[in-house]
Amino acid sequence: MLYREAGDFSTTYPQDSQTFPIRFDRYRYYVVLAVAVLVLPFVMTDYLVNSIFLPFLIYAIAAIGLNILTGYCGQVSLGTGGFMAVGAYACYKLMTAFPDVNIFFHVILAGGITALVGTAFGLPSLRIKGFYLAVATLAAQFFLVWLFNKVAWFYNYSASGQINAPERSVFGIEVTGPNTEAWATYLFCLVFTVAAAIIARNLTRGSVGRQWMAIRDMDIAAEIIGVNPLKAKLTAFAVSSFFVGVSGALFFAVYLGAVEVGEVFGITKSFLVLFMIIIGGLGSIFGAFAGAAFLVVLPVLLKVVGVDLLGWPTDIVAHFQLVIVGGLIIVFLILEPHGLAQLWRVAKEKLRLWPFPH
Amino acid sequence: MKMKLGTMAVAGLMAASPVMADLVFPSLSYRTGPYAAGGIPFADGYADYFTLLNERDGGIGGIETRVLECETGYNTEKGVECYEATKGEGSLVYQPLSTGITYQLIPKATADGIPMHTMGYGRTSAANGEVFSHTFNYPANYWNGASGAINYLMSQGDIAGKKIALVYHNSAYGKEPIRTLEELSKKHGFELMLVAVDHPGQEQKSQWLQIRRERPDNVIMYGWGVMNQVAVQEAANIRYPMENFIGIWWSGSENDVLPAGDAADGYKALTFHGVGSDFPVFDDIQKYVVDAGKAAGSGDQIGTVLYNRGLYAAMLAAEAAKTAQEIHGTADITPAMMRDGMEALEITEAKMTELGLPGFGPEFNVSCENHGGPGLVGMTQWDASAGTWSLVSDFSESDMEVIQPLIEEDSAAYADESGIEASCN
Repeated sequence: MLYREAGDFSTTYPQDSQTFPIRFDRYRYYVVLAVAVLVLPFVMTDYLVNSIFLPFLIYAIAAIGLNILTGYCGQVSLGTGGFMAVGAYACYKLMTAFPDVNIFFHVILAGGITALVGTAFGLPSLRIKGFYLAVATLAAQFFLVWLFNKVAWFYNYSASGQINAPERSVFGIEVTGPNTEAWATYLFCLVFTVAAAIIARNLTRGSVGRQWMAIRDMDIAAEIIGVNPLKAKLTAFAVSSFFVGVSGALFFAVYLGAVEVGEVFGITKSFLVLFMIIIGGLGSIFGAFAGAAFLVVLPVLLKVVGVDLLGWPTDIVAHFQLVIVGGLIIVFLILEPHGLAQLWRVAKEKLRLWPFPH
Repeated sequence: MKMKLGTMAVAGLMAASPVMADLVFPSLSYRTGPYAAGGIPFADGYADYFTLLNERDGGIGGIETRVLECETGYNTEKGVECYEATKGEGSLVYQPLSTGITYQLIPKATADGIPMHTMGYGRTSAANGEVFSHTFNYPANYWNGASGAINYLMSQGDIAGKKIALVYHNSAYGKEPIRTLEELSKKHGFELMLVAVDHPGQEQKSQWLQIRRERPDNVIMYGWGVMNQVAVQEAANIRYPMENFIGIWWSGSENDVLPAGDAADGYKALTFHGVGSDFPVFDDIQKYVVDAGKAAGSGDQIGTVLYNRGLYAAMLAAEAAKTAQEIHGTADITPAMMRDGMEALEITEAKMTELGLPGFGPEFNVSCENHGGPGLVGMTQWDASAGTWSLVSDFSESDMEVIQPLIEEDSAAYADESGIEASCN
């Protein structure tokens, strides 16, 4: 009954090829956006924004970025944490070197710098693939973290080796530093997340995205039909790193405010983002959101239930959290190997026929 | 939805037990992860002292205390989440027991007007209260520790021309003493060798190989969690003389030396408070907390070094709360009043004796200019056969001539960065 195309006629090609061709789906999307922009900012609290919404929005950008590389172009990367660190440190250097420039542009420039670094580390992908590429990107992860720890220029020679985000504002409203309002940081990140999703969606269904997918599905065949692997792979690395860099910049500047590279952007971060896209669904923008939400919200939810509602000791809850999240990941992957996005697709199909399935 | 459930649960608890407002002391603890060995005893000591106050004295100034525990896993992201989750409940003072989380929370807590007490960790230059209005790190800080270690070595013999290695956790915490040690090496003419160990520190073969090759006369360690045990074991493996190996107070608990067995005998560590359970307060803890079945955790940490430190932190917090109650004439204090209490805190020998902790820590006064206390540092040594730590030196002054300018410099840099007007009012 829901999600039906009956009575929904497309009279032009653009209408037919839009992101949400079914009218119900399109309106649902508008409603979600409207709630996110018009309603949520008014109910946002410090707790909600810092423990759920900021990490969700920022990880969603990183997951979109990694999904482009791994999900669409088939290049496995374990360097996400390192590339996020590049974004964070680029943003920090820009913020401190050019304090008069708006933070908005710093974040975008940080993404651009990460894109350059990512392209450089993507060069080996022309020669190696699969597990071997994963190891090459793993090297990038360790090298970058080591670099930011070792070279004092990156953290402006501070005694502790930490980087701290100075206060910066957009339209006179502070978005970084300690005196921010919850709704301001939320809206600032929301803008980037929505823009990232729209750009990624339109890239992946255009000619660039088709080239990526051709390379993913069979690189030799793609080359024979005229896809340039050099161009396809390097653009995938560049675009992916751009998004990952933006997320790293936001992670540092807006969410945490102070960062220590080894702890925040370590190998666990790379795996976390990789798990997000695997659980969410490879090769799906919605999957990036679903995976980020799953891995950000679930631990918080378990903690609230365990500690606040049931009153269990905090260490028991923390251990159970690992068990439950791990168990759920296994259950999900057994029941639905294509991730939450596939689950959503199946649900939509079911809803189309409901209440009169065949 | 979750917020609602959480508040409903809290409201339900409130309705069920008709108590007055209580004094909330959040404990951002970590009982899981690679640093749990240090986190558990500290959290137990912190919680047990407040339980003792509730059971024995009926709280502080007649108001019950409540310890709000939140698991951080020594992870800054979880630490921030814990801070946001607990600050709304009237939390009086934060003690995150993590330098990384401290750096994260200093600006946030200052903006929210909640004081922080980072006892022997955190940002050392927070000792300058003119810049760091809401952060306290009395009675001693990392730079006192570094200087105390060098002073101790100088009391043992001339150190000019000697080589001293610093094995440090490669994080904000481990990097803190480097600048002080560099200054001290210039002043006293010893050679400083830096050896970094990356988080979590489980793999230190190459570092200790380097130490074996370079043969430093002394090794100073700034480690935490699993890194300590591994370092002591590795030092034993290369037969490094344990009496030349000095840990900071975070590298000097039973957990750090027990795994190495007899080989750890003679290992030294700094401290800023007493060791052992030979204090009258422990009888009360046995009577009111342990025997009543209210001990935190599994109750097997009582009297260990880090348990004592948690106890000491709780004692200082409780005394500051009492001071705040006296200043403001009300028992139900707010975080702002708590801050005033901490800034006016006065610890005397008489007070400690009254609390059942005679000679446990130094006497000191906190003032706006000095949030760092006197910085008195003592040395303890591990006796593997007896299984005890014992003090081998008096609590003595550190080299403030070197440290004070560094504090001024670093706090001025922070004030400059965040646009703070340094003042006392």
